[in-house]
Amino acid sequence: MSQTLYEKIWTAHEVASGPGGRSLLYVDRHLLHDGSFHAFEALRNAGRKVRRPDLCLATPGHYVPTRNRADHIADPMVRGKMEMLIENTGAAGIRHFGMDDARQGIVHVIGPEQGFTQPGVTLVCGDSHTSTHGALGAMAFGIGASEVAHVLATQTLWARRAKTLRINVSGSLAAGVHSKDVILAIIARISAAGGAGHALEYAGPAIRALSMEARLTICNMSIEAGARCGMIAPDDTTYQYLHGRPFAPKGADWDRALARWRQLPSDAAARFDREVDLDGNALVPMVTWGTSPEDALPVNAVVPEAKPDTLHYMGLRPGQPLEGLAVDRVFIGSCTNSRLEDLRIAAAVVKGRKAMIPAMVVPGSGLVKQAAEAEGLDRIFLEAGLEWLAPGCSMCVGMNGDLVDAGLRCASTSNRNFEGRQGKGARTHLMSPAMAAAAAVTGRITDVRRLLSH
Amino acid sequence: MEPFTTLNAVAAPLDIANIDTDRIIPARFLRQPRSAGYHHWLFHDLREKGGFVLDRPEFKAARILVAAENFGCGSSREGAVWALAGAGLRAWIAPSFGDIFFENSFKNGLLPVILAADKVARLRKLLADKPGSQVTIDLAAQTVAYPDGSLETFDVDPFRKECLLNGWDEIDLTLQHQKAITDYERRHTS
Repeated sequence: MSQTLYEKIWTAHEVASGPGGRSLLYVDRHLLHDGSFHAFEALRNAGRKVRRPDLCLATPGHYVPTRNRADHIADPMVRGKMEMLIENTGAAGIRHFGMDDARQGIVHVIGPEQGFTQPGVTLVCGDSHTSTHGALGAMAFGIGASEVAHVLATQTLWARRAKTLRINVSGSLAAGVHSKDVILAIIARISAAGGAGHALEYAGPAIRALSMEARLTICNMSIEAGARCGMIAPDDTTYQYLHGRPFAPKGADWDRALARWRQLPSDAAARFDREVDLDGNALVPMVTWGTSPEDALPVNAVVPEAKPDTLHYMGLRPGQPLEGLAVDRVFIGSCTNSRLEDLRIAAAVVKGRKAMIPAMVVPGSGLVKQAAEAEGLDRIFLEAGLEWLAPGCSMCVGMNGDLVDAGLRCASTSNRNFEGRQGKGARTHLMSPAMAAAAAVTGRITDVRRLLSH
Repeated sequence: MEPFTTLNAVAAPLDIANIDTDRIIPARFLRQPRSAGYHHWLFHDLREKGGFVLDRPEFKAARILVAAENFGCGSSREGAVWALAGAGLRAWIAPSFGDIFFENSFKNGLLPVILAADKVARLRKLLADKPGSQVTIDLAAQTVAYPDGSLETFDVDPFRKECLLNGWDEIDLTLQHQKAITDYERRHTS
């Protein structure tokens, strides 16, 4: 029978079935971070052990400072989070890339970077943006702390098969239009709850043409469309990306894995519960204006009629053009857009220009930082007056204290424009790294295509 | 875990769609340990504006929240569920929920109830018109009794229902499948 990518991975991981159509799924890979302490505590309180420490990988990202790394962490709460992760992973025998390790970073950046994420695997993490890893053809989804404890203790998870939704993006993207614009357009189209209960598969020529890093951005924001899981079928782009990475299979194992992976893409006759089509040729740079990622519009649009509370929070009025809106802060980073390619795109825009407003660039991992520095991107950012910082989640979620002050407007490459997400009263506008870089050097929301043509 | 059987309590209406976990409890408060009591920061930024439904005297005793579409969307942080539970809330009714928040609720012995949008809207209106009214949720019968006496039925996954009714710990249940897991590990390559 014809199957989708999601169905193939699901079937291959069923350990047992339970009442109500639930399956006990085997978990191949488990990522842990500095917010995972609740789960370790629950495990300890129940007197349970970690079943398969060899299938786990841990690194701190949420609370890590992005400045003055070498100094003693002054905040005892933050220091405690780092120490707890060291203790918990040490006691269980789990690999841990600590703050002084070049491989440290945001879990969703290091999973693919290390080759820990692979096609066909089930991968979970106590973080909603785990959907990111689906870009390699994995079935990856975020779980809560109780589920993290469950996976640590049993290496399995009870789940119900999701419905399938394929999103076909035709055509090709114009210059200045990036994968962030694609996913914002998708969310605007299907709504922030549109993917609830579904596993998404992104397909079509515009998706196929994307690099691995650009695909990661797309799958990352599946959760912002309400879907726990979003995937892209593996292909040569995936295999070339993975080959030679530390956790990727080697030699004959690689050949065997490759043969297995080639069977994964959805069968031509596979049926999806829903399909949505999007014209990639028609896409332009996108910006959010409101407090949900679905509030995304082309940069040349105007603020629509909306709930007074939302408009008041954002300090906007209907009919106001988005382009030209004065911005106070810029954040380039997060599990959505902090990879080398994102930094290259941003650097190309700021090169030879000067930042008009405070702007932070936070690479997604120590290795991304090293690679960027090796090609001089740090110099470009610093010369343009942007800050070049140490890797972590930073201002996407503000848990480490990198916050936007109340009432300030932030052009951000992150994934959520929720009220208070980047700080109490912070006004977030989500956009691509190219657009955020354009905002940095103009001090306004600016269609980056204007800067490219000069 | 405390079993969930029948809950008869004051219900509070919250008519805002897409309430995300950051609004339930802003991430910046989650650097505190859970023992600090996350309910201290429940809906922190919304409450600061004043007049928040849970701060009105008629709703002080609320144990049920009647919300709008996509309640609990956003992050996987279970702190959102713990903050609600810490404030004494045990059930939430909405037309739809964030998937991860929905699962997290069950894991903590709490019940998310999905009803059609018009039915939830009608309930919110009843509660707004007569603040302090009580609602009864009967999990075994899968019914919600409105303050006006009308009764709505809801669907619930039978596995989740059993766990809630009995207060079962899911890890204990799963470990009954120990052999199946070990067998799977022997034959599985990934």
